[in-house]
Amino acid sequence: MDSILEMRGITKTFPGVKALDNVSLKVKRGEIHALVGENGAGKSTLMKVLSGVYPHGDYEGDILYDGDVQRFRGIADSEGVGIIIIHQELALVPLLSIAENIFLGNEVQRRGAIDWPETFARADALLRKVGLKDPSSTLVTNIGVGKQQLVEIAKALSKRVRLLILDEPTASLQENDSQKLLDLLLEFKAQGITSILISHKLNEVSRVADSITVLRDGTAVSTLDCRADCIDEARIIRDMVGRDLAHRYPERTPHIGEVMLEVSDWIAHHPQHPERRVVKNVNMTVRRGEVVGIAGLMGAGRTELAMSLFGRTYGQKISGSVKMCGRAVDVSTVGRVIESGIAYVTEDRKALGLILDETIAKNISLSNLKDVSERGVIDSSRERRVALEFRDRLNIRTPNIYQKVGNLSGGNQQKVVLSKWLFAGPEVLILDEPTRGIDVGAKFEIYTIINQLAAEGKGVIMISSEMPELLGMCDRIYVMTEGAFVGELSAAEASQEKIMSMIVRGSQA
Amino acid sequence: MTTLSSDAAHGETSHVSITDYLKTHVRDYGMLVALVVIMAFFQIWTNGVLLKPLNVTNLILQNSYIIVMALGMLLVIVCGHIDLSVGSVVGFIGALAAVMMVSYDIPAIVTVLVCLLTGALIGAAQGYWIAYWKIPSFVVTLAGMLVFRGLTLALLEGQSIGPFPKAFQALSSGFIPDPFGGADIKVLSLLLGVAVGAGMIVFGLRARAKQARFSHVDEPIAFFFVKNGIIAAAIVFITYLLATYNGLPNVLITMAVLIAAYSFFTTKSVPGRRIYAIGGNEKAAKLSGIKTERLTFLTFANMGMLAALAGLIFAARLNTATPKAGVAFELDVIAAVFIGGASMSGGVGKIMGAVIGAFIMGVMNNGMSIMGVGIDWQQVIKGLVLLAAVIFDVYNKSKA
Repeated sequence: MDSILEMRGITKTFPGVKALDNVSLKVKRGEIHALVGENGAGKSTLMKVLSGVYPHGDYEGDILYDGDVQRFRGIADSEGVGIIIIHQELALVPLLSIAENIFLGNEVQRRGAIDWPETFARADALLRKVGLKDPSSTLVTNIGVGKQQLVEIAKALSKRVRLLILDEPTASLQENDSQKLLDLLLEFKAQGITSILISHKLNEVSRVADSITVLRDGTAVSTLDCRADCIDEARIIRDMVGRDLAHRYPERTPHIGEVMLEVSDWIAHHPQHPERRVVKNVNMTVRRGEVVGIAGLMGAGRTELAMSLFGRTYGQKISGSVKMCGRAVDVSTVGRVIESGIAYVTEDRKALGLILDETIAKNISLSNLKDVSERGVIDSSRERRVALEFRDRLNIRTPNIYQKVGNLSGGNQQKVVLSKWLFAGPEVLILDEPTRGIDVGAKFEIYTIINQLAAEGKGVIMISSEMPELLGMCDRIYVMTEGAFVGELSAAEASQEKIMSMIVRGSQA
Repeated sequence: MTTLSSDAAHGETSHVSITDYLKTHVRDYGMLVALVVIMAFFQIWTNGVLLKPLNVTNLILQNSYIIVMALGMLLVIVCGHIDLSVGSVVGFIGALAAVMMVSYDIPAIVTVLVCLLTGALIGAAQGYWIAYWKIPSFVVTLAGMLVFRGLTLALLEGQSIGPFPKAFQALSSGFIPDPFGGADIKVLSLLLGVAVGAGMIVFGLRARAKQARFSHVDEPIAFFFVKNGIIAAAIVFITYLLATYNGLPNVLITMAVLIAAYSFFTTKSVPGRRIYAIGGNEKAAKLSGIKTERLTFLTFANMGMLAALAGLIFAARLNTATPKAGVAFELDVIAAVFIGGASMSGGVGKIMGAVIGAFIMGVMNNGMSIMGVGIDWQQVIKGLVLLAAVIFDVYNKSKA
């Protein structure tokens, strides 16, 4: 089989950093080629070189596409030859229809005017190809992330794609949506479309990929042929991190004490539709030193539960009672919840957790300014000591604590968010998707921190869409479906099958 | 540096070269340098008129109300909002003060207090809709701009009202007394200038020493002395010029105290820090337990009060309240804040930046007027300077 794409000796330097060092990548025609590596390994940079975001001359090395050397000066050039990239952050306009989005910048015209009937007809045809049943006149804002991803793919198809690049397509998708997406890739493969799949999820990679290239620190470490060799995940991880991760989850011996947090009959309604109950009579306990998981599909109401508990930052007509160590506490404002010893580490760290333009030190002190100030005046040397302490304790990798948080990698940003909440001195931490979008090595570090917290006698609630993570970390798992808890499993009895069947039975009931 | 533990970091001393330091702080000093260059330019082109004692006094009197409002506007902009109503509030408060003092013979001190309170209430009324109802500040204050301009006209019935009692005029055109009775030079004024200059160096050194104990002094010592030496010398020089005329204007003292207070508030206080957090990421700030609505509300109330103070200063200076007072002031104030390096999207900006921005606008107004440049070309040049300053900002950011 000949190769559709060959990148030879690509080197790309930024001021002070060699992002790619002599990387070569060969993609065979009609295959699904996975590109894996830790955050910062150079995957996105390599794809930006390929798609012309970094134009020819900005990098060293050659790009051969269909056997010809290409000199892309911009995305328009690479799209012109059928290389389409779909970024992790979707680039759709929410208040335009699906059809308008698909043909954005590429409008169907007749004599200079947009031909709407043709636009919608073609869009509907493309949607059928990607298995989306919604009419193409639906506004993008009204469909979920999973479907939006499919719209992006339909958009790629409209441009006569020959090499489709997907950057972390399933990062924000639910299990079943991810499966559908991967099936679609396999279908495309049957139709002769080549794909490059960038992913952190190794189970997905090993399911669909024909070959895998592992990048580490800007170099291509290995290329594995999945059809020839039997590839196991441990091997890939070893290549990615350059060391053996014997256990993906750190060891822990739980020391579980008395009940700390007790939530009873918690109810919350949708902020715009007061008749819709989003959290339904939830009862939950967390003990000292315990890690409790909340499993469920996206939209099950887990984040809504956490946020309605956390100072009513979600929903309306909220009722129920919360006790900490047997005493009823007031959770009506964020300030009071923090006071009562509960912290909530948000799911979306960039939009909700951090001030990206501010320094690490200022982000860490934000939720507990009173401990770095005296009578309303901030003591900057105390603030500095606190930041240094957390930098060391959580191993935040940064040249200094006055670095802007926006310049850090995902894993390090997550550590800053954790530092911020640990500094608030909580007894119970609610962690919402604490390892989303961060690489294997950093995940392990976050797990270690969670275990340390439990060992110190804190209670941890962990919300995660990755079931293996919950199974590997939690002492007890609640299963949530459609706003209600439908089951509770101890670590010993929990398994992916059991959780999934509870979810399915819960939705039918 | 990356792998140093905190203990090691405590003991380490940093050696940052002056050029490296300037590179990372180009924005902080760029505008100060620009101000000096602009002043030098006009000093030469006006044949030395710019820095004549009388003109320096005028410069300060002419710009005082813009600077007073720029302090409040900086907070509003850092918080992620804008206030277009301040020019109209200046006019309205001037009118209110005139009606109270001239038509009803209410004492100046009572008038001042009532006017400041009214200003705060105006700011609060607008802030209420912005903070608690999430109505865009652009719209609310645009409405306020129309409402208070209209109320100014209504209150004055289209007439100018004046003159004001002496006590009220002193707010703007008075000078501090000189107990030493110097004939050619106001000794107290000069002494105050020397004290401020010396105090700045002493406090600067003390702060450095305190920082050095935790070793995060990244400003080279030579640079510290050069910078503070120049600034202290400039302060002494300006006060010397003023002292050879009538001494320090009262309004300069008011301004200096306010600048110091707001600098402290923005850099050192907890509520100040929180306002920056709201502008940087309102949702994250809210989820960190910050009462974002209340702070936004108070920021606007504060702006209203400062606009009222500016209105009083302006009326006192003209010694009459006119229906046109304060027209287009909001634009000068907003321009000063942006020239000073604040970001339109909020979360970024410094008090000293806004003050320097206001002086850049002020010196250009003054210098061009002396040179006889028409109001038409003055507008064109000021507009281009505003654009250039923001481009300079964006360019620096994209390079970093």
